[in-house]
Amino acid sequence: MKLLLLATLASVPVHAATIAMEDQSQLQPVARSTAAAQFQPPQESELPDNAYGKLVKQGYALFVDTKRLAPQFVGNGLNCSNCHLDQGRLANSAPLWGAYPMYPAYRKKNDKVNTFAERLQGCFQFSMNGGTPPAADSPEITALSVYAYWLASKAPLGVELPGRGYPDVPTPAKGYDLAQGAEVYKGQCAVCHGAEGQGQKVGDSYVMPPLWGKDSYNWGAGMHRINTAASFIKHNMPLGKGGSLTDQQAWDVAAYVNRHERPQDPRLVEGSVEKTRLKFHANDGVNLYGQTVDGVLIGQGIR
Amino acid sequence: MMSLERVLLGSALLLMLGNAHALEGQNVFTQGGSQPGAAPCVACHGADGLGLAAAGFPRLAGLPAGYLRKQLEDFKSGARNSPVMQPLANALTQEEINAVTRELAAMPAPVAVSVHRSEMPTEAAQKIALQGAWERQIPACVSCHGPAGVGVGDAFPPLAGQSAAYLAAQLNAWRSGTRHNDPNDLMGHIAKSLSAEEVQAVATYFASLSGQEARP
Repeated sequence: MKLLLLATLASVPVHAATIAMEDQSQLQPVARSTAAAQFQPPQESELPDNAYGKLVKQGYALFVDTKRLAPQFVGNGLNCSNCHLDQGRLANSAPLWGAYPMYPAYRKKNDKVNTFAERLQGCFQFSMNGGTPPAADSPEITALSVYAYWLASKAPLGVELPGRGYPDVPTPAKGYDLAQGAEVYKGQCAVCHGAEGQGQKVGDSYVMPPLWGKDSYNWGAGMHRINTAASFIKHNMPLGKGGSLTDQQAWDVAAYVNRHERPQDPRLVEGSVEKTRLKFHANDGVNLYGQTVDGVLIGQGIR
Repeated sequence: MMSLERVLLGSALLLMLGNAHALEGQNVFTQGGSQPGAAPCVACHGADGLGLAAAGFPRLAGLPAGYLRKQLEDFKSGARNSPVMQPLANALTQEEINAVTRELAAMPAPVAVSVHRSEMPTEAAQKIALQGAWERQIPACVSCHGPAGVGVGDAFPPLAGQSAAYLAAQLNAWRSGTRHNDPNDLMGHIAKSLSAEEVQAVATYFASLSGQEARP
């Protein structure tokens, strides 16, 4: 069974593991460091009671309650804090203090120098599946930028701080195994995210985010890469038990999650999954977009 | 093709069956189970099923049937310890467990105040509840138990509407390892990272989110 699966996969994705992650070019994290060496963002209690402090708080609110406060820009059920734990403060969970000082920066994703505002717009467009993102000078982008700037207080500009991004988890020598990933999912993830990756709600708001399906990140989000999801999972999942899965388990379950359908890549080229794969996915880390798994074309999108 | 009579008869039977289940659940709740030793829930958990805060007896009303069923089954198997509940659960049949947990789930729960994610904490216990203490790998309580601790699904029970005494007792049971029937040690490892003072403060915070403590 396992052999058969590997054989199925061998035709496509496993070899992709060697391809460099384009978009993480500015995100190559420094080796993991001890907590003592980690950058410490300021405390909320230090916030000044003035217009600036007020704007930071607005940014915080948007960051943790995105769907409720900016519904016109969130097409799925997610909040920023679903992928950036501890309100964007946690090391190895793509903390805002690690990102803010690295912009403006060139990104291969859109082949231009991006400001931090443009980077945030990318989050809205892909991770939040939000359609046209808020304008660079909108109240949303302004508040979120101010919140990120505040978290990065006293951080050096243009320096890659330890703990930024989701530090790489080495590709397992044997590649990944979707069947093993399904087992890991069942045992470790389903209790929160549901047997079908659907997440769990209270009322109409998600408490545990959906990992695939119409209310999750779309095929253009960085998290659709198996390597990126594996890194996020390894360092941060299960919630509060980061680091408890093996590298292999993290890769297996990341692949399992990212073999499922999600909203279409908004950059879809001429309605063609294959053209979109060639243009945006063929050289974007390890991913299954446009590949065929168990006879089914992945990346058809879901509404 | 099914005749109208058969459909009607079937529906009537289903209706009766449904009533019988409800009745059985209510009987277990108010009068106890059919076997000796299966004392009625009301004796300790109150006629409204909201528990007895002073004695640390938890609210059962409005809790998910799946969660309650698991607890009774865990008392039966010994996976959850309680000198009081274990013999009681042992005396209940599986049918009675199913019926009474359905009944309890349908009973009205206290209305929890709503706390939005965007609310910033103003004191230490609130910080643990709403944001966690990540330097110790402690996620926010609400990230699993839902906004204001209203509970999520069958695995994450409500914290709001439980007494501080019950919540603190359970957290302390997890801290000491006497309670360990949570999925994947999700609660255990967190409780073990909390101090005794934090346990008390967080328990008090969630108890304050409903009117229960103020109940006469």
